[in-house]
Amino acid sequence: MANLRIIDRRQNPSGKSLGNRQRFMDRAREQLRKAIKENIRQRSISDTQSGETVVIPADGTHEPVFRHDSETGERSRVLPGNKEFRAGDRIPRPSGGAGRGGSEGSEEGEGEDAFAFTLSRDEFLDLLFEDLKLPDLVKKQLKSEETEKPKRAGLTTSGPANRLNLVRTARRSLVRRAALSRPKQDVIVQMERELERLEHEEITPADGRSAERRIAELREQLERARQKRARVPFIDPMDLRYNRLEHRPQPIAQAVMFCLMDVSASMDEDMKALAKRFFLLLHLFLERHYDNVEVVFIRHTQHAEEVDEQTFFEGRQTGGTVVSSALKEMLRIAQARYPLADYNIYVAQASDGDNVRSDIETCINLLEGRILPITQYMAYVEINPPMRGRRNIARRGESDLWHGYAELAERRPNLAMRRISEASDIFPVFRDLFKSEGQTS
Amino acid sequence: MTVQDIRPAKPLFSGADWDFDTLQRTFDAIERVALEDLGLDPYPTRLEVITSEQMLDAYAATGMPVMYPHWSFGKRFAQQELLYRKGYQSLALEIVINSDPSLCYIMEENTMATQATVIAHAAMGHNHFFKHNQVFQAWTAPDTILDDLRYARSFVKACEDRHGRHAVEQVLDAAHTLFAHGVGRDKAQRPDPLEQRERLRRRRREALEAMDELWLRTVPHALADEEEDAKEAYRDAERRALGLPEDNLLLFLESHAPLLEDWQRELLCIVRQLATYFEPQRQTKMMNEGCATWCHFEIMNRLRDRGEIDEGAMLEFLHLHAHVVAQPDFDQRGYPGINPYALGFAMMRDIARICTAPTREDEEWFPEIAGNDDPIGTLRWAWSEFRDESFVRQFLSPKLIRDWRMFRLRDDAEDPEYLVEAIHDEAGYRKIRSALADLYDPAAQQPRIEVVDADLRGDRKLHLRHWVHDGQQLDALETRRVLRHIARLWGYEVRLTEVEEDGEELGSYETAEL
Repeated sequence: MANLRIIDRRQNPSGKSLGNRQRFMDRAREQLRKAIKENIRQRSISDTQSGETVVIPADGTHEPVFRHDSETGERSRVLPGNKEFRAGDRIPRPSGGAGRGGSEGSEEGEGEDAFAFTLSRDEFLDLLFEDLKLPDLVKKQLKSEETEKPKRAGLTTSGPANRLNLVRTARRSLVRRAALSRPKQDVIVQMERELERLEHEEITPADGRSAERRIAELREQLERARQKRARVPFIDPMDLRYNRLEHRPQPIAQAVMFCLMDVSASMDEDMKALAKRFFLLLHLFLERHYDNVEVVFIRHTQHAEEVDEQTFFEGRQTGGTVVSSALKEMLRIAQARYPLADYNIYVAQASDGDNVRSDIETCINLLEGRILPITQYMAYVEINPPMRGRRNIARRGESDLWHGYAELAERRPNLAMRRISEASDIFPVFRDLFKSEGQTS
Repeated sequence: MTVQDIRPAKPLFSGADWDFDTLQRTFDAIERVALEDLGLDPYPTRLEVITSEQMLDAYAATGMPVMYPHWSFGKRFAQQELLYRKGYQSLALEIVINSDPSLCYIMEENTMATQATVIAHAAMGHNHFFKHNQVFQAWTAPDTILDDLRYARSFVKACEDRHGRHAVEQVLDAAHTLFAHGVGRDKAQRPDPLEQRERLRRRRREALEAMDELWLRTVPHALADEEEDAKEAYRDAERRALGLPEDNLLLFLESHAPLLEDWQRELLCIVRQLATYFEPQRQTKMMNEGCATWCHFEIMNRLRDRGEIDEGAMLEFLHLHAHVVAQPDFDQRGYPGINPYALGFAMMRDIARICTAPTREDEEWFPEIAGNDDPIGTLRWAWSEFRDESFVRQFLSPKLIRDWRMFRLRDDAEDPEYLVEAIHDEAGYRKIRSALADLYDPAAQQPRIEVVDADLRGDRKLHLRHWVHDGQQLDALETRRVLRHIARLWGYEVRLTEVEEDGEELGSYETAEL
């Protein structure tokens, strides 16, 4: 029958809604940012592979309509499945808003229905790292000689033989030979053969001239042609073209992040949790920029040791505090496993600032002399537990370590330091530390 | 009888897989039953096979194949996607578009038995309903809808290029909040053809220019302040000229908002036309699904009787059908309300029963159709002449009320208890029937709001009125939000008063001047 056409649309692109999805995300951007900030608190450092389901308030993406307030007036309903009711029965109202109308959804309170949806990993990270950039990242990439890679970039007139561009050279040679009318080899061969046959009297000139005159003429022509071939070479130096190679810096695709933390008794669980969130953010950010990010956890008391993530955050040790032990350990590992040519090095140190007074000088020397020169960026966060003082007001006096670092930080722009005293400080601190150049908070 | 009908037929297909030949063969067989046995007359059909991804896309854009861009469709997509991916909700098996020829999307994941059901359901049932129901005939222009949407999309995009996305969004956001108030309740308004719109707009612009403030200030007013009566009469005349009171808020704003530019009016018009296009679906949802469900049930059974569908496919079909018409009781967990498929299908079956095997009760209640022995003709007549509200009022039978054990509940917000007003007994049938009919009447369910005054010569304050019915007032927060949108379109203050039917004013909302 002619009433039907079947069309296979499966090959048509799906994702027609992507544009609208983008518009929706633009619209919900502020709420998404907040939701993600919340979300970060519950993630493990290395879990950056998955997307996220975020819940945002519907405010801003809410589409209001005129509707009745179910708290007012009276209405009739018709329902199926009566079991025991008789006309005139009275039924207590179920508590809460649910079950009253069924399909109306929540409309209580401010009417801010929460709205949950799934962000892809890229969408998640994009929102998280919008307008952030690690300092000196680009600079380091440009200056590190070892990682330059040759890249073809046009032609030059000189160069080693192995870079000769045959096609371009032959083309130029052909053009030049044609322009200067260099006699071709087969023309010469033809003349030579005619001359030979004339000399052997195998042929006579067709125009009736004497053989001698023709031979003389031919000899002269042949001589001119040979001279011209000698003057106009097949390949002239000016034909030569070589591939030009430029050395372009190759961005280092790997980074290593050293997490240093003081685990002596003065760092309690809450302080460690704060530190963890800071490390997590740094890791997420590095993942964004490098194909491969390795994380090394070094904890220390008066001794430092490399541990796995779980031990790092959960294990407890007692002992004093010698910060330089961690710095030395970090240097040792960096030299042993992470050549500067292949890795960009980041250091994140979290501490409550306690240190043996005599060690501070050592720390500063280590940092200035050996660590900072090879490090992209070092972030030091000093964690001031909220118990000991309210932010900015009754804060504990600055620690000795802080003092030492602060002096150094003035001279070395790749050392940054901040204080954290509660969870909500972390995100702003992070943003502050890695804010794109030219932006102000 | 043709030779083919006598010969025991071979099944059209076996197994779950389908291909295009099978689809074509099955469609032909289904169409034969639909046209010859059931006397259906659908639009020609275009079946489009799509993937589940594409089905999600289609969902988000209100099911239409072409749609203008707007963030709210992205929001809908995000919601649907989450529900689908987490398995809370399966996708519709099909989407059918009321257009001529009609477009019917079917998913590639469907089994062949499902495809057959979907063809019978949508391509025959819905399609016949679209073509013959008088509400659809009065409100939609299926031959031009896709062109209109294409125009809308390119117009919206052009506006975004010229005026920026934000400016366009502001108008569309506001228009969307008034979507349900973009149709006149009393008069059906078929959309104007494109070329007419330009003319209309020009006329409107001229009318507005005539109202220009300069004119208003410089022409001496014949009406001195003391002549209050004459002034009032003049205002009345002006209100009449504006067509007040007007319950089509979108139309009013599009025509009379003083500060809107042409492109903004056109955007309102686009949304209004879309609202008009969808209005019949709102008014006939239950009947439409009932019709389609009845058709697929009837067609599949007849095909089985002829041996064209084998037992395996039939079992699969019955399982699917049972899922579609499931109706949980009110006290079951997650009771979703009355399932339009279930009630529609039950009512269609019930009407067929009344036509062929009426009881004394049926004869008393439905003297015009009881025992007329023409179930299919009667159904076709009902499909064309009624909408949900009038259909329930006309055809909901005592038997069905008993079968479903329906009861009517009074929910008074002042009262800590519900009152059972009626149950499935002699005293209750009519009460239940009329309450259910009201529930299917969009005009009765949706707040009734109209423009009552616009004072174009004075402060240009727009006055809206909400007719409060049974004490049901507006949700205050939502109302303030919607009014902000209206004020943005109107450009001046907006006031909404809530008025009881006896004229008593219950309260009012006011927006500050923008």
